[in-house]
Amino acid sequence: MNPLMMAATTDRVLRQLRGDPRSIALILVVPSLLLAVVYFLFENETLPPGVPRTFDRVGLMMLAIFPFVVMFLVTSITMLRERVSGTLERLLTTPIHKADLLFGYALAFSIMAALQSLVATAVAYWVFGMDIKGNAGWVVLVAVVNAVLGVALGLLCSAFATTEFQAVQFMPVVVVPQILLCGLFVQRGQMNSVLEAISNVMPLSYSVDALQEIAANTEATSAMAADLVVMAAFVVVVLLLASLTLRRRSR
Amino acid sequence: MSHAAAPNWPEPGRPVPAEAMLPPSVAVAGLNVIRGRSTVLRDVDFTIPAGRITGLLGPSGSGKTTLMRTIVGVQRLTRGSVSVLGHPAGSELLRHQVGYVTQAPSVYLDLSVEDNVRYFGAMHAKGRADAREALEAVGLGELARRRTADLSGGQFSRVSLACALVAHPQLLVLDEPTVGLDPVLRADLWQRFRAMADAGTTLLISSHVMEEAGHCDTLLLLREGALLSQLTPAELRLRGRTDDLELAFLRLIQESGTPAGSPTSVQDGAS
Repeated sequence: MNPLMMAATTDRVLRQLRGDPRSIALILVVPSLLLAVVYFLFENETLPPGVPRTFDRVGLMMLAIFPFVVMFLVTSITMLRERVSGTLERLLTTPIHKADLLFGYALAFSIMAALQSLVATAVAYWVFGMDIKGNAGWVVLVAVVNAVLGVALGLLCSAFATTEFQAVQFMPVVVVPQILLCGLFVQRGQMNSVLEAISNVMPLSYSVDALQEIAANTEATSAMAADLVVMAAFVVVVLLLASLTLRRRSR
Repeated sequence: MSHAAAPNWPEPGRPVPAEAMLPPSVAVAGLNVIRGRSTVLRDVDFTIPAGRITGLLGPSGSGKTTLMRTIVGVQRLTRGSVSVLGHPAGSELLRHQVGYVTQAPSVYLDLSVEDNVRYFGAMHAKGRADAREALEAVGLGELARRRTADLSGGQFSRVSLACALVAHPQLLVLDEPTVGLDPVLRADLWQRFRAMADAGTTLLISSHVMEEAGHCDTLLLLREGALLSQLTPAELRLRGRTDDLELAFLRLIQESGTPAGSPTSVQDGAS
């Protein structure tokens, strides 16, 4: 691995994004708007005393799900373009290592994801008064790890699409089941055993677990750390699989 | 395989250069490439002299691009050997020394012209000055800050070329670099290719326009995946009994026995 080539790749991907201010605005603003929708949706709920607001539970999870979804989409389409335009093949005739390329991508989009989750988390806390026990820094960290997960899955899925249309179709296959089963709608412990088993092998579930730990405890817990480790392991495995789809030679 | 080739490839009137004694940049022996069920290249043998311009000519579908991709190392070969600058094609050691410009310009549309060249330059530890130099070399110095997507077709393919030049490769493989360019620009580019060859770079340039063959030192004539001949433009004119290189090529095809009117497709796997 060569840090200079990785940095050059990160720089290049960010410059590509910079040329597209509309996308940047969408990435940064849309999550906050959707948070507002959730906030006003549950504005008039009547709760028994001591029960947390639905916004504190659902809004928190949305903070982690946005970067995952957005980065999955952005990455799979950017990488697909790279494959289709011939720039990928050209890059692989240069000394760049596959890891430089993949980590360069992951780093660039993590920076975007960090910005996105900083904006969304700030809005959730200061505008809508989100109330959780743990530290907001941990929420941002989980969001960034989720974004990297989205990047990794996007890199992998782009190998199986030949058009941007197909790339977008991977969202219902890869992303939606994870959102359904991650614990957002029904607690994972209350699902039937088949669905729970499926949710156990889905990375997004662990980020929701981690967020619930953060929400319920003022200090970082070992359960949260374990969830983060599991997610990091998912990221590494998916990136390795993605690197297998980058072939220097065609048959 | 007719190799009416090597001994006198320098053009008459050009001094025989010292690098005539250098080992060839590329040596291809018994090369076969089968993709899927079709034989794209069949028993191809030739060498490419160092510091010279070698033209790769043939009708579309004759296997030019596959041959170039094999030399660059992105296409797996089925049989035979391809040695590039003393290493097997595709070897990791070659990635600093071989430049490849694909037929469709492979650059990032949403980057500025200069950012494209700088990114590919970064893969070879080249900086801003090198990127500028490469852009000047293709006559795009003034458009450096322009978004690549906003360029015209001809400018576009020159960005792609600059992305290869920035690495100062020893071997430069160009797939139809002059397609879609106006005559002035074409003449200009051939002049630059000549200057690069004079400075020691080996160039392999494909074209399906026979009139461009006159710019090359030696020609590889490809037809239906087989090497018809390797000769100089002068020899081609002599053997075709005409100054018209296109006509000479057609006559050579007729002499080689295959009916010139038959479809040139190699995809059907015939013969």
